[in-house]
Amino acid sequence: MRPGTAMKKDLTRQQYLDLYYYMRLNRAVEDTMVKLFRQNKIVGGLYSSLGQEAISVGSAYALEKKDWLAPMIRNIGALLVKGVRPRDVFMQHMAKYDSPTRGKDGTSHFGDLDNLHIVSPISMLGDLIPVMAGVAIAGRYLGQKIVTMTWIGDGGSSTGVFHEGLNFAATQKAPFVLILENNLWAYSTPVRRQVPLENLADRAKAYGIDSYIVDGNDVVAMYKTAKEAVDRARAGEGPILIEAKSFRRMGHAQHDPAEYVPKEMRSYWEARDPILLYEKFLISEKLLDAKGKKEIEDKIDALLQKERDFAENSPMPPAEFAAEGVYCTGDDCHKIQPKWERDKREVMPPKSSVTAVWTVEGFGTGKGSSGGIAPIHFGDTPATTAKSEIEEKPAPKSPAKTVVKKKSAKAVAVAAGSRKARR
Amino acid sequence: MADTNGSKTNGAKTSNGSKANSGPVTFLEAIKQAMFEEMERDPAVVVIGEDVGVYGGAFKTSEGLLERFGWERVIDTPISESAIIGAACGMSYLGLRPICEMQFIDFIACCFNQLTNFVAKGHYLWNAPAPIVVRGPSGGGVHGGPFHSANPEMYFVHTPGLKIIYPSTPYDAKGLLKAAVRDNNPVLFFEHKFLYRRIKEELPAEDYTVPIGKAAVRREGRHLTILSYAAMMHTSLEAAEALAKEGIEAEVIDLRTLLPLDEETILNSVKKTNKVLVVHEDTKTGGIAGEIAAILCEKAFGDLDGPLMRVASLDTPVPYAPTLEDYFLPNAQKVFAVAKELARY
Repeated sequence: MRPGTAMKKDLTRQQYLDLYYYMRLNRAVEDTMVKLFRQNKIVGGLYSSLGQEAISVGSAYALEKKDWLAPMIRNIGALLVKGVRPRDVFMQHMAKYDSPTRGKDGTSHFGDLDNLHIVSPISMLGDLIPVMAGVAIAGRYLGQKIVTMTWIGDGGSSTGVFHEGLNFAATQKAPFVLILENNLWAYSTPVRRQVPLENLADRAKAYGIDSYIVDGNDVVAMYKTAKEAVDRARAGEGPILIEAKSFRRMGHAQHDPAEYVPKEMRSYWEARDPILLYEKFLISEKLLDAKGKKEIEDKIDALLQKERDFAENSPMPPAEFAAEGVYCTGDDCHKIQPKWERDKREVMPPKSSVTAVWTVEGFGTGKGSSGGIAPIHFGDTPATTAKSEIEEKPAPKSPAKTVVKKKSAKAVAVAAGSRKARR
Repeated sequence: MADTNGSKTNGAKTSNGSKANSGPVTFLEAIKQAMFEEMERDPAVVVIGEDVGVYGGAFKTSEGLLERFGWERVIDTPISESAIIGAACGMSYLGLRPICEMQFIDFIACCFNQLTNFVAKGHYLWNAPAPIVVRGPSGGGVHGGPFHSANPEMYFVHTPGLKIIYPSTPYDAKGLLKAAVRDNNPVLFFEHKFLYRRIKEELPAEDYTVPIGKAAVRREGRHLTILSYAAMMHTSLEAAEALAKEGIEAEVIDLRTLLPLDEETILNSVKKTNKVLVVHEDTKTGGIAGEIAAILCEKAFGDLDGPLMRVASLDTPVPYAPTLEDYFLPNAQKVFAVAKELARY
């Protein structure tokens, strides 16, 4: 992966500028929050996506308006792309009464079922994966042709529910795209101490689904990869995993100076700032000049000043509001009605009992992606390799098995050797 | 388990998609009818769980659903309880009303986080209702051993945002399950497996629901109140009959819903009898009896003529051997003895 390899000029001018605008907006929103944090106006923790903006923006930009996403803590950029106002992000952090959760939760922990189609995350990592798989299959059931997307970190990819969720999504062929944001650190634990894999995208093999590896600091590559994955998921190819390689430039949260990160690593990634890289590209391709850049900066400054003023002027929630809203009180509270975009009769007897509308026929047989237009493609398992492995396993006492055993023993020895070498 | 014949006959009938059967039906059949009728009524209702489709559920509660409603509405899943609850929650965000099955309710511990942190908090935190039902066979007395006999209801009674139902009769099971499906909140629905094929009841042919959060007075009495639910409700009734022979008239109240608890019915009964015995099959420490004791101290201290007493299972895992399990569980003799002691006050 070399920076900028995928930055070929084949998006529209507007798309290029949108990606730039949202990355700049993402960073400016977070810069503003750092100021608010230092002024003690942010009630709880503040998490940064500095240096990872290309992932949030590029991937969410691949979704359509009707699609659903669920952010993680470092995906403010995805929320902005989906249409969340900066004031909502500010007010969430400041625990204001006008915030989306009206002061009941902070950070990116909010959603919007009716308009923006956003599911709120919780702090327990991986839980969103089966949830978004569920949204995806419900969308298919209702005939909505939606795709769902969520993000998970390198750290979160070790949770049990990551496995349960992605495996379930795969068995259902859910139109679901999972962005595995490998920023190399889970709080203070480096990825090498979390997962014995060079590429976390390899996890996809366990679920028989396709995966991509993409340079997470290259917003165009991120967008194109996500777009291809979203298109394929929408076409019924099932869930797709994208590993976006990047780096967490700040600590886990504001309180953490992240002194455990080696200096060389930090300076390497700082030189690969996704916004600076992209700016260079835009200027060299004559998509942006100093004047255009200034206009965008002024636009963002003016917007955020207004949004910040609004947020700061919003009141704290009244104390007794704490007791409200545990239960939905019925139709007066929420009128729950699915939006059918197919004939309901298809899922009612006698039609429903005849044939399944979708099947898993041919699924899990080793069919890989053609790669298509993906800038960096990964995850194809050649059918021949897959076959021979399958044939070797079931024969209990054949020489083939001994071969397999020897192979794996050797592999273990090599792995152990390399571990020692690293120490 | 005894009496499989009855359930089989009834099962075959509903598999054809008929409404309620003529003649008494088992607890199990009542549950099946509820799911069947709700799926017929509303295409938003789907069933999801392990072996619920092709096999029809480990206890055959969903037998015939797949044939009638198809693969999209009867979803066999991998052995992944968190994925079942997570997916159901996601489905509910688009307006579906999934009924999730835990093959045995003991396995609900595997999706504890998904239920307590994700599902239960959604409405309070971000105004997102999750109309899902999680149902499954619970309870002991059938020698299922420590991992197939649990009564884990109190873990969840301590979770604001959930509703907890634990019925004791086929009529209630059907009516409450239907009410749960139509409720906009996540509802946990415990089905005592000891009752599955042991009790039968004639059910109305027409559609009906039983309101969530309302207890039922099963037996009127004036000397003491026995509060119970699920299988222990029947044990309590049995004890009440024995007490009656000794001139002690016990009022037996079936709680039916543990969250929200029907305080009104409880308090009204205590006003009348002034003595309370709580009988539950859940283990003693942290059981619902403790909560009821606190409520009575707060709201009816002056009405009490004696201490709140309780009969519950031992504070141990559910043991396997029949001798051990019998010792572990409450029974009518234990209820009778404690009730007699209470009546003396």
